[in-house]
Amino acid sequence: MSTKEEQTLFDASEITVSMGPQHPSTHGVLQVKLKLDGERVIDAECVIGYLHRGVEKLGEAQTYGQFVPTLDRMDYIAAVSNCLGYCEAVEKLLSVTAPPRAQYIRVIMTELNRITSHLLWLGTHAIDLGAVTVFLYCFREREEILKIFENYCGARLTTHMFRIGGTQYEIYDGFQDQVRVFVKDFPKKVDEYETLLTENRIWIGRTRGVGVISAKDAIDMGLTGPSLRGSGVEWDIRKAKPYAAYSDFEFDIPAGEAGDTYDRYMVRLEEMRQSARIISQAVEKIPDGPLMAKMSKIIKPPIGDIYHSIESPKGELGYYIVSDGSTQAYRARVRPPSFVNLQSLKRMVAGHMVADVVAIIGTLDIVLGEIDR
Amino acid sequence: MDFAIDYILIPFIKIFIVFNVVAGVVALLTLAERKVAAWIQVRLGPMRVGPYGILQPLADGLKLMLKEDIVPAGADKWIFTLAPVISLVPAFIVFAVIPFGPADGFTILGHKISYFITDLNIGVLYVLSISSVGIIGIILGGWASNSKYPLLGALRSAAQMVSYEVPLGFSIIGVLILAGSLSLVKIVEAQKAAGFWYVFLQPVGFILFFACGIAETNRAPFDLPEAESELVAGFHTEYSGFRFSLYFLAEYASMIVVSCMAVTLFWGGWLRPFPNVHAFDFLDAFPLAPLVWFAAKVVVFIYAYLWFRWTWPRYRYDQLMKVGWQWLLPLAMANVIVTAVLVLLLKG
Repeated sequence: MSTKEEQTLFDASEITVSMGPQHPSTHGVLQVKLKLDGERVIDAECVIGYLHRGVEKLGEAQTYGQFVPTLDRMDYIAAVSNCLGYCEAVEKLLSVTAPPRAQYIRVIMTELNRITSHLLWLGTHAIDLGAVTVFLYCFREREEILKIFENYCGARLTTHMFRIGGTQYEIYDGFQDQVRVFVKDFPKKVDEYETLLTENRIWIGRTRGVGVISAKDAIDMGLTGPSLRGSGVEWDIRKAKPYAAYSDFEFDIPAGEAGDTYDRYMVRLEEMRQSARIISQAVEKIPDGPLMAKMSKIIKPPIGDIYHSIESPKGELGYYIVSDGSTQAYRARVRPPSFVNLQSLKRMVAGHMVADVVAIIGTLDIVLGEIDR
Repeated sequence: MDFAIDYILIPFIKIFIVFNVVAGVVALLTLAERKVAAWIQVRLGPMRVGPYGILQPLADGLKLMLKEDIVPAGADKWIFTLAPVISLVPAFIVFAVIPFGPADGFTILGHKISYFITDLNIGVLYVLSISSVGIIGIILGGWASNSKYPLLGALRSAAQMVSYEVPLGFSIIGVLILAGSLSLVKIVEAQKAAGFWYVFLQPVGFILFFACGIAETNRAPFDLPEAESELVAGFHTEYSGFRFSLYFLAEYASMIVVSCMAVTLFWGGWLRPFPNVHAFDFLDAFPLAPLVWFAAKVVVFIYAYLWFRWTWPRYRYDQLMKVGWQWLLPLAMANVIVTAVLVLLLKG
């Protein structure tokens, strides 16, 4: 700074700081151009696209079945949700329903994946605010779930868990016990994270009143998922438009009031407990039966289009698929929750401090793989 | 000849020993930080270099020294090079007045040797002034880097220094009123005469001192100047290799300084628990007992440092200022007044 003539400390009222794309707290290759007045943020502009891989275009070039593993690379934190949304969308297009056994396995896996996603969010969010230890506690539990995934399908992160029409793999011996043990202990583990954060004065100071967005604004901006529910809107696609086997289970939709970072934190913590509740119900009554629906080996949906959305850990994950009757989609469009949620960043950070920017990026729970596709 | 030995040779040997011990402790402290962090975070920490990773600091130091020496383009090279040294040197020279043990230490060949390098009659002021110089190194380093994140980090540390130096000074005054001296040795001796560690007479003063001490050394939850989540690495973002390790050493040496000061001023320095109760005399009945007591107390504070860092989130800049000016400073002033009035009433 000192050597530049046009910008010295005393006459410059604002400086521009480019936060990212190489930055420890932007959760990937997000670039935020911040205009700062001292430490206060005047304006923020998001620059995205550093992780663009043309996923939607690939959806037009690959057959329906081939496209599924590609989607795992979108929101790599919650690959199972991506997979479920797309498989169900194509099934809808084909007018096929997955058998109940497959539906239950899907629910268990998706909810486990929701927990891993929220755990990763909690850990990184806490790191952003300086509480490093929570991260490793979260990873301890996340590891248990990833082991279950690995036992089930061999992969931990990009799982390619389901197939169009059902699931490929039967659950392994001891699966139910392993899941039961996990969901029994898990709520206690969530309490443990809470002891480090929920009533910590510093944590409350850093999150209360930071990144406030009202319910109306949240709806207007298209926020979904915990970011919306933090503002007090009880909108959850699992309840509103049940898919898979969600209508069979009892669970609550947690919602906040103030719409600030603290409320969104509480919402996600409670969602983890509710996910454990869903899993514990589902694992007790997995029905017998086939894993795959009866359908032709070559997937050729009839001409038409479909929009199907599910509640991914980040929000509403929608797929809009246009079929021209061939083996490949004419158009495979994704409505990624992170992308839509990210647009509220600019509004949320205005007037806050630099340290709040990372808190707000964290609270939105974005994944750049999904935003850039 | 005796003069030369007493005033030149022995101090030199002492300085040599203290410097090396402190440097060694700092190295061990980097390992301790990683180990304590690991234990808090249900993992093992460094395990590969030596048994239980005990040689890890050596490996770290070697790695840092072998790294490429990078000075960013446009950096003010002279200040950039000097800044880490300015940060490190004060942290070490403060140890000149820290009393690790009593004045009547032991005798070798007719020469009395005390457990400290020197007993300055304004020891407290010396420590306060010298340790503030260290922050200049941080400010200069951030400024000279010609980069935005370090600049923000440097500005933060400047503000932090101003806000926390004041309550830090006030928090000590209570002790000074009780002891009636600025000499660190005299303060400990006064605690022995009183039969109490001053922490029992000055609990508020101690808490304020330690809180401000943490802020002064830029440690969590007040580690805003380096705040890795928002400022990447704060003032030392552009530093690498050996220069970075100098900053690192300075931070850890400052931690030891603050711990030593807390022990000396509030926790009875080298005194054992219940210093005036003769039933506990056996607690002192082993060689180098004062040093052992001193070290044991320092270790407790160092552990507290690490413990705080790995369990608490970080304050925000404005909250830090608020805590400093709205809570710590008024409390510290009230503490001074209450202490002064009580001393006046009880002694007068």
